[in-house]
Amino acid sequence: MRPVPGPAPIEVLLVEDNVDDAALTVRALEQAKLRNRVHLAVTGVEALAILRREGRHAGASRPDLILLDLDLPAKDGREVLAEIKADDELRDIPVVVVTGSHAPADVVQAYRQHANAYVTKPIDTKEFLEAVNSIEQFWLQIVRLP
Amino acid sequence: MNTGGVPIEILLVEDNPGDARLTREALRDAKVRNNLHVAADGVEALAFLRRQGTHAAVPMPDLILLDLNLPKKDGREVLEEIKQDDRLRHIPVVILTTSQAERDIAESYRLRANAYVTKPVDLEQFLKVVQSIEHFWLEIVKLSRI
Repeated sequence: MRPVPGPAPIEVLLVEDNVDDAALTVRALEQAKLRNRVHLAVTGVEALAILRREGRHAGASRPDLILLDLDLPAKDGREVLAEIKADDELRDIPVVVVTGSHAPADVVQAYRQHANAYVTKPIDTKEFLEAVNSIEQFWLQIVRLP
Repeated sequence: MNTGGVPIEILLVEDNPGDARLTREALRDAKVRNNLHVAADGVEALAFLRRQGTHAAVPMPDLILLDLNLPKKDGREVLEEIKQDDRLRHIPVVILTTSQAERDIAESYRLRANAYVTKPVDLEQFLKVVQSIEHFWLEIVKLSRI
């Protein structure tokens, strides 16, 4: 099949260790109006290696948008967020926290560390897909990304 | 979703009365209860946020919609002051402007804008954009209410 002409796809980095949540998110984004490519990192260390193009990630493209879970193995999402937003090369990439945590302390800390938005994961599958669709609609269709 | 309870307080910083009126109309029909406060210039916006003078009794906004080209104090300066103020920086700031300049987009994200949205000239499109902001930030996002 010939490649579809048009603008370059939007690169999304999904940082998520839960296989089911990752699969649902990828499925919702595949059905999005705007062409996008999802790259999955399952730990915080892997996310930063992709962002910094370290090791086998030397050829990784720079994401236009990051969806970041907070509770991650091998470096917590809170630390990943702090590192991204303290890095002059990375800090302008919008980071949407997508997490199971409803804790007010997590919410305020994430915004103070310059998370661009904080979304809690609904447990219900249909609501989860709706939340991902809303993220897609706002960030891929309405927002001007850097 | 926040349909009952305490309404969400929104500060709109906008010097164009027509755009302010349209934004108010679009938000009036929102699913989520909200109170819209309008500041017509950058100095008034910061006085509101710092509860100075006649603004001593105003509520702390949960969300700020900020135009860039403002009289007295520019939106870029207002953004920078908000994001450097420990009492204010957790409040999401959505830039809502006619500027499509790449330089404004890049600078706004560097100054920690939470999202950058351009105002469409077409009335129907403008309302659609405000509704998208409303849907994402009032229905999907978890705001930091402290």
